[in-house]
Amino acid sequence: MNSGVNGGKNNGKNGGWKNEMEMEFDAVSANESFARVAVAAFVSELDPTLEEISDIKTAVSEAVTNAIIHGYDGMEGGKVRIRCRIDGDVVHIEVADEGTGIGDVEKAMEPLFTTKPELNRSGMGFPFMEAFMDDLEVLSKPGEGTKVLMKKKIGCIPWIGDEE
Amino acid sequence: MDEDFKVIDDYLMVRMPEEIDHHKSTYISENADKFIVRENVSNVVFDFEDTRFMDSSGIGIIMGRYKIISCFGGKVFAINADHRIRRLLMISGLHKIVEIMD
Repeated sequence: MNSGVNGGKNNGKNGGWKNEMEMEFDAVSANESFARVAVAAFVSELDPTLEEISDIKTAVSEAVTNAIIHGYDGMEGGKVRIRCRIDGDVVHIEVADEGTGIGDVEKAMEPLFTTKPELNRSGMGFPFMEAFMDDLEVLSKPGEGTKVLMKKKIGCIPWIGDEE
Repeated sequence: MDEDFKVIDDYLMVRMPEEIDHHKSTYISENADKFIVRENVSNVVFDFEDTRFMDSSGIGIIMGRYKIISCFGGKVFAINADHRIRRLLMISGLHKIVEIMD
């Protein structure tokens, strides 16, 4: 596993706080927990609530798990890359793999759709990312890999109420 | 290890770990299935008391066990689930098949 964290750049008062980090690690399931904790730690400078931290950890966990079990599907030597950017009070998270890619992204994003029911996959990965982040975009091409782009504004009222 | 799985009468009690993700899910699913078959239990209780993190892998674990035991009229319960885990169960619609208890 190799990972590098680039230092932050503060672009002055008007542009708001900006900071960026990038890391790359082996596509093995033992790294799932490392990945979500690393992103959560990076975001912590924005002073997120426990709820927001939890949302981000779940979303990152889903994206990284997808990259490992669907993107690389047991292939050896695969790498998952996470880029994380803080722009003002918005966190941008990009999770990318260079695996098999997704033929039908729309279908893949349907709740309960899974190609691996035998692995006890629930088909709730993308729906959870959608539910816990403010914005989700999935770019994929068969044979070229998948890139998941997520955005979340920190410091706003959760829009999925607990009373639901 | 096997302390996480306990059989009481007709119930398999599964003590869920602190973090439930894909990395841990195979261990839980396989062991739960082993107990379900070996002890011939009809109901499964998932205890989330220690759980601080869960993603959709946890939903997959519950769905998979439900499929097995519901054929024989068994039920699935979730106990000690905090509001976050409840929310995951709601979003995934699992609250319709899983009895959530305090």
